[in-house]
Amino acid sequence: MQIQPSNRNPDQAQQRQTVRAGDYYLGTLKQGQVLRIVDLEGNQAADTLFYNAADITERYSATDTIASQGNLYLGPGSVLKTNLLRDMLSIVADTCGRHDTIGGACATESNTVRYSLEKRCMHACRDSWLLALQEHEDCGLTKADITHNINFFMNVPVSPAGGLQFADGISAPGKYVELLAHMDVLVLISNCPQLNNPCNAYNPTPIELLVWDA
Amino acid sequence: MREITPNPGPSGYSTHLPGGSHWSLILRRGTRLRITDPAGGANLALLMYNPISLGEKYNAPDTLKCQHTFKLTQGHCLYSDMGRIFCSITEDSFGWHDTISGTCHKSDVARRWGERDYQTQRNEWLQNGQDSFLVELAKYGLGLRDLAANVNCFSEVRADESGQLSLTRQSQAGDYLCLRFEMDTLVVMHSCPHRLNSAARYPRLGVNLALDLAPPMAEDDLCLNHCAENRRGFDNNALYHFGLPASGLVSQ
Repeated sequence: MQIQPSNRNPDQAQQRQTVRAGDYYLGTLKQGQVLRIVDLEGNQAADTLFYNAADITERYSATDTIASQGNLYLGPGSVLKTNLLRDMLSIVADTCGRHDTIGGACATESNTVRYSLEKRCMHACRDSWLLALQEHEDCGLTKADITHNINFFMNVPVSPAGGLQFADGISAPGKYVELLAHMDVLVLISNCPQLNNPCNAYNPTPIELLVWDA
Repeated sequence: MREITPNPGPSGYSTHLPGGSHWSLILRRGTRLRITDPAGGANLALLMYNPISLGEKYNAPDTLKCQHTFKLTQGHCLYSDMGRIFCSITEDSFGWHDTISGTCHKSDVARRWGERDYQTQRNEWLQNGQDSFLVELAKYGLGLRDLAANVNCFSEVRADESGQLSLTRQSQAGDYLCLRFEMDTLVVMHSCPHRLNSAARYPRLGVNLALDLAPPMAEDDLCLNHCAENRRGFDNNALYHFGLPASGLVSQ
């Protein structure tokens, strides 16, 4: 697994904010800007969707990104592709080394299947995204735009025999990933509220976002 | 192509979907779709939607993670994003169907096999998967934003320890799988090549499709008992159908 540290100075970041577990972040990253996501306390999942800010029907595509790089995992050097096969963002620094994009996001409905029908009312990433699009109607996002996401800092290894598991995290306090925008990008992050999964030790924690100008 | 009879008898309906083609139909709860590769090497791409609530669609990540699998085969259920089961894989001679590679775009096909040009190619045109899906989806008022990761039947895509992907195996002549529909489902399909297929010539390989009525599901059903998650998925379907006559569902 490859590690690529950054030499950007957090004190020189133009934007800096903390997103608490169970909250969402919605914001625009301009072409040329760099976004750093920091896993402040370790083994958190930042469930992230990206859209072309000029036309939200163009969006991050997990399948097209995987097929383009010929590899399941995201890490340093990965180019995130849109559903129109254009370059959207690149991972330019990464101290975690591997991120998931096939595990999807938790939802109240999938929680009923994975854990118990009676857990249907527990908070979930998709509810955070749906609240974001209800509170920001001007963005034009609908449920149809909630597509397959990236789980930054999450470890979902696939075995050569075709098994898939949610393994213990490989992230740790302070690990981060940095993304360079190749177009103006609308960023939608749910800082995962999951309380049923051992992959975060049943303890969702805050993340920090930093943005540097080009 | 013949019309589907409104009430298929016990013999149902069967047809051939040529290679490089697309089609869609609504399959009702309690019916089965048997897909057979007559020549070997076919790829049938599938997407699924709830016909009365089109925002509900097949969700590959939810399907994989609740069954702890990367491949799809007999015993697995294909889930919607609403925690319900569109269909179950009740039979499978092949053993590994891909659902994370997506589908080939126009530019993929052009780069590998040449430009699509209906004027000269006619029925032999170099059709691609993305445009095939978009055309079918438009018939139901759906579009680009409604696309999701599809199933690629008869394409085995493996990842090595480092995550490198390859199309490691394709079906032989006669390979088949059977989908039993657990709720009414809009099925959108195309038979364009898998995007990792590196054949020298455009692989124009169709599939045979056969519809019939499923026998009622027994308590020892393979898909129902595959994992506790599937039993809860069927419970969600039972709730969805509450008040409707039973059809192919497990008796409570």
